Amino acid sequence: MEDLLEIRFHGRGGQGAVTAANILADAAVREGKYAQAFPHFGAERRGAPVVAFARISTKPIEVHSRIERPDIVVVLDSMLFELVDVTSGLKRGGILVANSKRNPGIEGDYKVYCVDATGIAMRKGLVVSGWPVVNTVMLGALSKATGIVSLDSLAEVISSRFPEDVAKRNIDAMKSAAESVHTC
Amino acid sequence: MERSMLRVKQKRVALNSNHAVAYAVRDVDVDVIAAYPITPQTTIMEKLSEMVANGEIDAELIHVESEHSALSAVVGASAAGARVFTATSSQGLELMHEVLHIASGMRLPIVMAVPTRALSAPISIWNDYSDLMNTRDTSWITLIASTAQEVYDSIIQAYMVAEDPRVLLPVMVAYDGFLMSHTYEPLNIPEDPTAIRELVPRRDRITLDIDKPVTMGTITDPRWYYEIKYQQVKAMQNASLVLKETSKTLHEVLGRKYEPVEGYKMDDAEVAILTYGGLFGTVQEAVDIIRDKGLDIGAIRLRQWRPFPSEELTHLMHDIDTIIVIDRAISYGASIQGPVALEVYPIAARMGVHVFSVIAGIGQRTVLEKDIMGIVNKVLDYLDQGVIPLRSIYWGVRGGE
Repeated sequence: MEDLLEIRFHGRGGQGAVTAANILADAAVREGKYAQAFPHFGAERRGAPVVAFARISTKPIEVHSRIERPDIVVVLDSMLFELVDVTSGLKRGGILVANSKRNPGIEGDYKVYCVDATGIAMRKGLVVSGWPVVNTVMLGALSKATGIVSLDSLAEVISSRFPEDVAKRNIDAMKSAAESVHTC
Repeated sequence: MERSMLRVKQKRVALNSNHAVAYAVRDVDVDVIAAYPITPQTTIMEKLSEMVANGEIDAELIHVESEHSALSAVVGASAAGARVFTATSSQGLELMHEVLHIASGMRLPIVMAVPTRALSAPISIWNDYSDLMNTRDTSWITLIASTAQEVYDSIIQAYMVAEDPRVLLPVMVAYDGFLMSHTYEPLNIPEDPTAIRELVPRRDRITLDIDKPVTMGTITDPRWYYEIKYQQVKAMQNASLVLKETSKTLHEVLGRKYEPVEGYKMDDAEVAILTYGGLFGTVQEAVDIIRDKGLDIGAIRLRQWRPFPSEELTHLMHDIDTIIVIDRAISYGASIQGPVALEVYPIAARMGVHVFSVIAGIGQRTVLEKDIMGIVNKVLDYLDQGVIPLRSIYWGVRGGE
């Protein structure tokens, strides 16, 4: 692992991008690493495009500023590709993990991974008020694509945060995403 | 403490600074909590409400109708002898303002967390230190933390200091709203809060008691008012000593050491950057980069804002010739407009050190390492020209000079 990896999540308010960043950081801390997770907290509301950030490092992290040049970008909603410049600031050779069946038209020197997170969430019953909740699914894909944290650590965090049946569905969905994520 | 303290067993967890506050409040065993929701403070109260509801804390939690009422409620509870807690930000702290003076004048050991936020108008929910700096003359001891770990430790220390019979003043623990309040990071907290409770034994003080009636905060005519206020001056002086003693105890028990001002690479520094809160981490990173380019630069973090650590700062500034103070608040119309820069000025003047006041990060305008490097370059240009401006440098603002 690089000394410091910076990750940006794109989602819509209510999809769980902030929680995804928090779970990722918590998992890294449980692995003995150093980590940070924070939202870009604006006047956000359900459905509006949002971003959240995480830093993971083998050394203590001193900075508390926002991330401008991420190593990894995770996009939770396939419709965002038309609305937001998701590769903005992404380092050359950086990784993009998309909730999409096929490459959503990303060009440039990036490694792009696709996973049908919406489909998995629907099949595994991760639906709240009619909305598929894809955050843990995307973490499964991120784990497989980058090895940044293990699926076991993610599962441990999910189990500590949610009631047993909810945790189980999330962990199942996460594993299924890890199996089906592919370069695209 | 007479007996030597044993290091307690701790566990490593990921928390944001607001939740770190809630865990510290739980561990000191408070009796009464009152607060009113305001961004970015709200998640402290959400966590405390959860802890009270599930029995982790045995406390009265009062949902009040405003921040003025929140502080008034804990003033009453503290006067009756309870250990109390409240928290707020921004406009909430402004609405508390008159009660801030009452709390300190009545010598009540109240502890308050302040995740800092910009002030209206226009409305900004984002971070700067305008709210905190407006409380400068309220006679509250004020600590500014830089990490979630320090936030947890500072809340514990706040009770140790506030309740010390030599002090009996309220304490604010401030830190960056959002940039820290909502940032998850690793910290160590004790596995068993018993050790923390031993640090804050229940001590006698004068309280409202029907068997021994007293009146507090009564009208005081010109023959005595000044003496009462002078006692607050002395209490604030005593607080410096008690902060030092309690820092030593915390170091023994928790293994973490805090100074009123902390130096970073100051040994051979000629130029120093002084700041506070979460921004210090970014300044440290920038210092490393600038040092690689050959400038002997260091950094100073102000942790203890009130009482201001003049002696310790003098000591740290001994070998420098220039200090750059980065403030995230504006004292409008002042000679130099950075509140902390103003405080550093008299110390620097005695030592013949040049002071540059820089304003940055207002309303959470992003400040990165490259901004710190830009600020240092600008200061070096002034020094080359032999000019020390008697005003602040406004960094990163459109249309600024």
